[in-house]
Amino acid sequence: MLEEIRTTPAEGSAPSQPLLEVRNITKRFPGVLALNDVSLSFLPGEVHALVGENGAGKSTLMKIMAGAYIPDSGEILLQGERVSFNHPREAQQKGVSIIYQEFNLLPERTVAQNIFLAREPGKFGTLNVAELNNSAVSVLKEVEADQLISPTAMCHSLSVAEQQIVEIAKAISFDSKVLIMDEPTASLTSTEVKILTDLIRKLKARGMAVVFISHRLIEVFDIAEKISVLKDGQLVGTVMTRDTTPQEVVHMMVGRDLDHYFPPLGRTEDFGDVVLQVKNGSNEFLKNINLELRKGEVLCVAGLQGSGRTELAQALFGVIPFKSGTLEVNGKIRNIKSPPDAIRLKMGFVTEDRKTEGLLPMQPIRDNILLTVRTLQPLLGSIFKDGIRNSRKLVPTLAEQVDLRADTFDREAQFLSGGNQQKVVLSKWLSSKANIFIFDEPTRGIDVEAKAGIHDMIRALTKEGIAVLMISSELPEILGMGDRILVMRDGQIAGELPAKSTEQDIMLMATGHSSSQDAKNNESVGKE
Amino acid sequence: MTTSTFPAKDTSTDFFRKLWGWIRKVPPVYPIFLVIFLILGFLNPKGYQTMNGIMTYFRPASPLAVLAIGEMVVLALGGFDLSVGALVTFVVLVSSKFLANDPANALPDILMLIGVGILVGMINGLVVSFLKVPSFITTLGMMMVVRGAALYYVGGAPQGYLTDNWRAFGRNYIQNVPFFTRIPYALIILIVLATIAFFIFHRTNYGRQILAVGDNTRASQLSGVRVKLIRVITFIFCSVFAVLGGIMIGGYGGVNVTIGEGMELQAIAACVIGGVLLGGGKGAVLNVVFGAFTLQAVVNLLNQLGLPKPYTDAVQGLIIIGVVAYSALSTMKKR
Amino acid sequence: MTTLPASESSFKRISRSLNIPPVFYFLIFVFLFSGILDHYFADGQMFSNPLIMLNIIVRSVALGIVAVGQTLVLIGASIDLSVAYTISITAVMSSYIMQGNTNNVPFAIAGVFVIGIAIGLTNGLIITKLHVNPFIATLGTSLLIKGIINATFSNYTGSVPQGFEYFGYGMIGPVPVSIIILFLVVIIGWYMLARTKFGAHLYGVGGNSEVARLSGVRTDRVLIGAHILCSVTAVLSGMFLVSLMRSGAPWVGPNGFYDLNSIAVAVIGGTALSGGKGGVWGTLAGVLIFGVLSTAFNQLGVNPYLKIVFQGVIIVLAVASYTIRSKKEAA
Repeated sequence: MLEEIRTTPAEGSAPSQPLLEVRNITKRFPGVLALNDVSLSFLPGEVHALVGENGAGKSTLMKIMAGAYIPDSGEILLQGERVSFNHPREAQQKGVSIIYQEFNLLPERTVAQNIFLAREPGKFGTLNVAELNNSAVSVLKEVEADQLISPTAMCHSLSVAEQQIVEIAKAISFDSKVLIMDEPTASLTSTEVKILTDLIRKLKARGMAVVFISHRLIEVFDIAEKISVLKDGQLVGTVMTRDTTPQEVVHMMVGRDLDHYFPPLGRTEDFGDVVLQVKNGSNEFLKNINLELRKGEVLCVAGLQGSGRTELAQALFGVIPFKSGTLEVNGKIRNIKSPPDAIRLKMGFVTEDRKTEGLLPMQPIRDNILLTVRTLQPLLGSIFKDGIRNSRKLVPTLAEQVDLRADTFDREAQFLSGGNQQKVVLSKWLSSKANIFIFDEPTRGIDVEAKAGIHDMIRALTKEGIAVLMISSELPEILGMGDRILVMRDGQIAGELPAKSTEQDIMLMATGHSSSQDAKNNESVGKE
Repeated sequence: MTTSTFPAKDTSTDFFRKLWGWIRKVPPVYPIFLVIFLILGFLNPKGYQTMNGIMTYFRPASPLAVLAIGEMVVLALGGFDLSVGALVTFVVLVSSKFLANDPANALPDILMLIGVGILVGMINGLVVSFLKVPSFITTLGMMMVVRGAALYYVGGAPQGYLTDNWRAFGRNYIQNVPFFTRIPYALIILIVLATIAFFIFHRTNYGRQILAVGDNTRASQLSGVRVKLIRVITFIFCSVFAVLGGIMIGGYGGVNVTIGEGMELQAIAACVIGGVLLGGGKGAVLNVVFGAFTLQAVVNLLNQLGLPKPYTDAVQGLIIIGVVAYSALSTMKKR
Repeated sequence: MTTLPASESSFKRISRSLNIPPVFYFLIFVFLFSGILDHYFADGQMFSNPLIMLNIIVRSVALGIVAVGQTLVLIGASIDLSVAYTISITAVMSSYIMQGNTNNVPFAIAGVFVIGIAIGLTNGLIITKLHVNPFIATLGTSLLIKGIINATFSNYTGSVPQGFEYFGYGMIGPVPVSIIILFLVVIIGWYMLARTKFGAHLYGVGGNSEVARLSGVRTDRVLIGAHILCSVTAVLSGMFLVSLMRSGAPWVGPNGFYDLNSIAVAVIGGTALSGGKGGVWGTLAGVLIFGVLSTAFNQLGVNPYLKIVFQGVIIVLAVASYTIRSKKEAA
């Protein structure tokens, strides 16, 4: 059942046939060109890393290779032959396996049951449990985990690292030639990373091609022979790890021309008192958060996926509150344990995922905009009295303020474009008179023109004295909007950068290659 | 006298296009109700073409509408209340004993019943909010509790009769009304309750927040809605309306042990016909009232056609499945 | 998900390795509690008199059989609220066809099985092909069945021939036939879940239907199969009941609250409402818990209507003991 592929070349010998090749792949989603004419090849016995910032296209590319998406154009070749995958199962059967960051395991089933789901051994519909478990043991042996993991262990009782090994074992049981791993080291401790690295080396020795998608350059440089950099849906280039440095890779990831003009940054005289201050804030996701937010400024929070930015916003807003430390609003110590607490303190939170967390899809625009205001009013209060102004006037006034264009405010919110939906959410917080706004990825999934509108609006808010904390994954946006920049890493604040920083500064700090101190001194960054 | 500046052809198609757009917006429940009622009128002129007959029709239709309005607010919240039928049973059975055949007890009895309604609704809401038991299971359990309690109190069989003054709400008419000849008290009560419900649901902050919670609970939470409070109040609303409906039903129907059985499903069916989505987020008082009217008309139509009562249960089952399937499939197409 | 904590109470570790679900501890507790109550407030016969013990188990048979079917459906993250009326229609139809005549028995059995399969198939199709929420779909079919029953029968109908009473009253040695049948059903249920591909796939569909689908499981077929099996167990329960009562009556199903009770005992036994988890042995323990409680209530002379009240409360609290830990808002 499990054979090795004898095409492994020794390092330095003649190049071999790529196991997997993608040529001229293009993929479009509504409003965004995710991949633009990308071509890559993956050789047997090689670990090939794919890097790029959030939204560069890595996830889309890997899903295409795994059969979860179908490319708009381009071709996929497996060992030289053209293939097309209509279903991930097809890709799996042909030898391409993918391990997602969230794992596709059933927690309430055993290791063996998970590995062989829908392929269980047995005649006439029965299940041969002994054979199931034995086969699982054989597969686990291949990854040298048979002593560590029992085939009858429940998946929910395994650690993240062990679950990952089960996923790898699953891939091996399909006789996979290509293994794609999405952020495999994201939730692992350093010892577990070492175990994974050893395991990957063994897979290499069997002649598999390993595609390794990661943000963590330390590990990329440790494990991968080749690095390909994607940026804005295009391939920037492919380099051999031994021929390059992390700095160079980062430069490839972020260097770009500024084609988007942002409104001018604030000047020091525009910034007022500190309205929000956190000292030593910690909870299960965050450690020792110290930050200050002043009236009239935009504080941008940068960091890689998983660095804790959203958790920071959620802590400030009371969704997952701080467990220790102090939080002061306008100089007074406050306890924010729930969103209504934060709202009463005049805070607003424009969430990352407006569809699931910000909008009421079936309700008209008007009711979306007035939602928060209404929660501040008496329950049996008539909806025409909102304490500010008759709601008939309020909604159009706000809509004009955010440049929301709709034929009627009775249209259900789900039918609006992404940009307009975001404006609706913004109006909601404006109507509640928030003066501290937290934005989490405010322009994600929005077309270029609407993006500019939102940036202008955020600046306009600061001109009225509103304090803005903005989380973003788009480096140009951070640099274009940030009067100050906080960089997060692993649930902590890695450092703070001033307004005139470079994308490189941010990325290096986010990936762990420099500290605030270094950036200020403008010295070359520390070696890993 | 003057000739139009536009070619005549354009004006008429423009007009029809506008008319068609306006027609498409009308909720289907109204034309369906009209059609069924007209068929009834055709089959039974005395019963449905005379004011007398139509007013008789409103006697059972009105309490069903009251139940439906109560159920609607819970459905709009994204939940279910399956205990309303048991509450009707409770109202009728318990009153048969509590009244002790003495009209003076009517007021205390009604107050007690409303108190029970508030209690039941509050427990339903608290269990769903704090014990996180899905409302389906919670209200099914409550149904058992309420029905069991009622049967226990009366020892398994009705203990007396319902006094005339108590029954007036559901049974009597205002006589000698011009044009309408007579109007059932039940219809008046429905109009009053529906108006109150309309105001609360469509015109207060509370009402709009019900829809918010049903539409997207998470977003509502993040926007400051006190979800648990809203939920408890809404379940109380539903149970109180069920009690009020029960008083009307006992009024015209009298006492028997099986009264109220299955009414929760009728209420849900009426809501579904009235365009309420079972996942929450949508609802309108007037549509649901006419949904109840339609359901009652369908039941009457089946009787008219000679179909025995049990088949109406079957038809209701088909209606529920049909309407829910239709809306589920059409939502899928939209995606 | 993190590694197991270094120090875990040894009790927990042992019970986890033996894989004993909490319900068995509940069962022992309930036994003890009832025994104590019985001793002090009643005649203390509950556990000393073997007839009463037997009664506990026989009472449990009807619920137990249908609960096995409900367990299957719940594992698939679905639910079946039509079992009560399926039991009713089985009771009346089988009794009606038999008419007290032994020769008719095979026809009766075949007839009700066909009805059961049809009901299960209908439920399954409405849920998978019409994408109707399982609560509503099975409520709807239950109304349909109710209508058909009430239209055709209004009272006890037909009768059961002597031979058929064997199901309800027969004994093999000291053991009632009904208990043997219950155990057979439980064992078959266990076998389907633990030793067939169908069972493995069912857990997959209930645990995460997307993962199952991506792995190649035919999710629709599996779910329809589970619903058919559930309706078949309801039919078996119905036949058992009719053999006990010697004639079928339309109110048999709903009066016993077989829908809610079968869900409750499954949940108490460790089967999650959300699917993907659970098993029949736990359900059996749940059934026994209900049986013990029911008998205890009788011993204590609790009014039958109050019994219903307590049952409703216990059911909700039992489900709550599992759901209270979830962080998401319930609907």
